[in-house]
Amino acid sequence: MGGIFNSSVGRKFAMALSAFFLMIFLVQHFAINMLSVFSADVFNDVSHFMGTNWVVQYIAQPILILGVLFHFAMGMVLEIRNRNARSIGYVKYNGNANSTWMSRNMIYTGAVILLFLGLHFYDFWFPEIQMKFIDGDMSGLLPNGEYRYFEHLQHKFVDVWRVALYCLAFVFLALHLLHGFSSAFQSVGANNKYTRGLRGFGKAYAIIIPLGFIFIALYHHFN
Amino acid sequence: MKLTLKIWRQKNADTKGKIVDYPIDGIDGDMSFLEMLDILNEELINKNEEPVAFDHDCREGICGMCSLHINGEPHGPDKGITTCQLHMRMFKDGDTIFIEPFRANAFPVIKDLVVDRSSFDRIQHAGGFISVNTSGNTIDANAIPINKHDADEAFEAATCIGCGACVASCKNSSAMLFVAAKVSQFALLPQGKVEATDRVLNMVKQMDEEGFGNCTNTGACEVECPKGISLEYIARMNREYLAASLKG
Repeated sequence: MGGIFNSSVGRKFAMALSAFFLMIFLVQHFAINMLSVFSADVFNDVSHFMGTNWVVQYIAQPILILGVLFHFAMGMVLEIRNRNARSIGYVKYNGNANSTWMSRNMIYTGAVILLFLGLHFYDFWFPEIQMKFIDGDMSGLLPNGEYRYFEHLQHKFVDVWRVALYCLAFVFLALHLLHGFSSAFQSVGANNKYTRGLRGFGKAYAIIIPLGFIFIALYHHFN
Repeated sequence: MKLTLKIWRQKNADTKGKIVDYPIDGIDGDMSFLEMLDILNEELINKNEEPVAFDHDCREGICGMCSLHINGEPHGPDKGITTCQLHMRMFKDGDTIFIEPFRANAFPVIKDLVVDRSSFDRIQHAGGFISVNTSGNTIDANAIPINKHDADEAFEAATCIGCGACVASCKNSSAMLFVAAKVSQFALLPQGKVEATDRVLNMVKQMDEEGFGNCTNTGACEVECPKGISLEYIARMNREYLAASLKG
């Protein structure tokens, strides 16, 4: 088994495993964010739990960050190797004749998502780390005694340009997932009688989740 | 039909190539694409110019010898065919047609439109043989019961003619559809099960050593394959490979 991840098939497999992990995380993130639309109190309670629970903070969070970094690094490795496999390109290349734009441009949609993650971390994750682990304030409370999570969220979505950037990033997330979801299953060898249904589910997932995130951003902007 | 051909000309593997324009007239829609190139070559020979080198053999879509990347697609704009089965009726009077060799570092250009596809042969060699008892009590292949589904799938995989259109169409120059077909045609049959583990490991290893790219599941290979080999075979190879790796 030693050389598996040095092979082209093994690299695909590793890429798919990290993709599954990130897609599951996305559902969890979406579900918690959606709570903010229905109830500020429930959103605050769940956010505080996620932000202070040691399993989430010290086990799940590092694994998640490693998962993101691994997915990005492996994507870059694959892209570089694949570009090196054809030193001289075609003068005329009609990619649209046989494949989707999304499937051919995963590296670019992925790069946009990575840039967005930089903004997202700057907005939410770095302030959290600063407050909890540098300032040592694990209370999650504002000076008025209320939890800060919901207010922080609303405050971030006041600026129309930030909301626009978030929405644009979610469009790229949808484009990435439209190919990535079914591609991950193909990479682990799952192509059978359920594939057609799985592709349909994948398309629904790729549209509904990013659309939901866009809705949440717009909801808080207009409220 | 009057056409402008933009053809990749390259003297040999060590020189740089370029696109050269060739106007051509009097092309009939019922001609095959290769017949059109034959006419061009006749004209070039009559003018004491070097004819365009291109691969061809059976001209019946069976041998996998013809290649050509035509107007941005391997085997041209029609689907489910090789270049020799492409007819000029697919083009219109006045069209400009780009004709290039299949591009991949693992398929180096030998001359003009001819590429060296021996990397495919080496991958098949790496797969090795199947074990058949030939000591006098060989079991007739037809006497071994095989369920129809497996037999059909193995036969479909075996229709791969190794033309290389999968590699040429793939943005990553991946050969996974070819290798998957060759792995599957044996793995599905009892005769091929004995060496199944070693076969898939060795063929994938050789494929990687030849410098083909990694598959990113764009599906271009499936669309351009003249024999319609499905992506399902790549999934099957992935399963075979992962299971073989776990076995060690």
